[in-house]
Amino acid sequence: MVEQILPLRLAGAKLTRRGRTLVGPIDLTLGPQGFTIVMGPNGAGKTSLLRMMHGLERPSSGRVEWAVPEVQARPSQAYVFQHPTLMRRTALDNVAYPLTVHGMPRKEARARAAEALKSVGLGDSALKMAYYLSGGERQKLALARALIRKPEILFLDEPCASLDGRAIRDIEHILLTAHAAGTRIMMITHDHGQARRLAEDVLFIHHGQLHAADQADAFFSDPQSPEAHAFLKGDILI
Amino acid sequence: MTEIWDGLRQAALLIVTLDPDLLQISARSLHVTLTATVIASAIGLPLGGWLAVYRFRARRSVIALLNALMGLPPVVVGLIVYLMLSRSGPFGVFGLLFTPTAMIIAQVVILTPLIASIAHQALRELWAEYHDLLISLNTSRRQRIRTLLWDARRALLTASLAGFGRGIGEVGAIMIVGGNIDQATRVLTTAIALETGKGNFALALGLGFVLIAIAVGVNLSIHYASKTEVSSRW
Repeated sequence: MVEQILPLRLAGAKLTRRGRTLVGPIDLTLGPQGFTIVMGPNGAGKTSLLRMMHGLERPSSGRVEWAVPEVQARPSQAYVFQHPTLMRRTALDNVAYPLTVHGMPRKEARARAAEALKSVGLGDSALKMAYYLSGGERQKLALARALIRKPEILFLDEPCASLDGRAIRDIEHILLTAHAAGTRIMMITHDHGQARRLAEDVLFIHHGQLHAADQADAFFSDPQSPEAHAFLKGDILI
Repeated sequence: MTEIWDGLRQAALLIVTLDPDLLQISARSLHVTLTATVIASAIGLPLGGWLAVYRFRARRSVIALLNALMGLPPVVVGLIVYLMLSRSGPFGVFGLLFTPTAMIIAQVVILTPLIASIAHQALRELWAEYHDLLISLNTSRRQRIRTLLWDARRALLTASLAGFGRGIGEVGAIMIVGGNIDQATRVLTTAIALETGKGNFALALGLGFVLIAIAVGVNLSIHYASKTEVSSRW
């Protein structure tokens, strides 16, 4: 096992683009365990926050620090995008890609990818071109690909947006299994029910600011911030 | 009108009798242009990938220049390569002028910008698609370029075929650096130019039909070999 990359510390981390603040400044520490759900209205800065944590965006000011230097931290992270990027390959080669690109022999990588596909219920689709998979299958493929390097932390950006109940249940099962195996999870969702089912703790973001960072029970039963209270009640936050 | 019929007859006759001159000239045409296409692809395709992935200050200017070079006049390229390879030129010691090698060099110069530019267009789109994923997966620039080249191979085939098309029909540069020497550097296009000059229209047309047939044949065989039109997207 590689060195632990968590905790992740954000100190005044802020992301701006063309003078507009997308998110921040945020002060936050992510411990080595947990299943964190990020909630907030559209455009609140949830995706920007995750992208900044993962290193897809450089913070404009402030710091994002892992327990180890960034170069060592990168291989132990994975990210599932809201719209999964499908490579022009078979499902199997899509999942094997993170292994082969970093030098694992193709045969071994494919064997592992086949296992991973089976574990997300896509065993039969291994040799299909990824482009022909359905929406739910694509997200499962993206999950299998993200998990294949056994990341210490997994970021997910609304993995269940526009999926039906069955696909959502499958994906939640995969996430809980990964979590039980020790993967730290940080996930954005708009689905309150899903948040209640999965969250151990919740970050609530509005207008780029962190309005709440609580244990799930406390957040859902008695949200401290008025914005979070309104959001959970179903009011429309502007 | 009679010239065209005569040309068709001549062409048929040349092919049916497997005219040795025709075979030799056609083989040389294919050898020169295929070699040039392979070399130009080996340079141009990674260059296109590199330009798609790598951000640097002069990137836009380099791409604009590359697009402009697609229209490079072959005669001028021929002239410059001639000066480079001639006895008094910097590479004169190699004695390459008026050899097929000189013709290949000239065609590489003409084809590389074309192939690189078309490749860059295709790879830029794929890179926009793959950008976040490949960065998330912690890949090096080299790995990114290799991934793009592999996954866009169908589009890149088109780039190479466009290069081949330009090369096989090109006459200005190879005429100058090759010299259209019988049994040595004569190819289909230069032979057509010569026969037309001599007023030998039927033979010129016959060679012309053979040239078109080769261009179409190479394209078709590569498309069939790679099953381009079979699967809908890649």
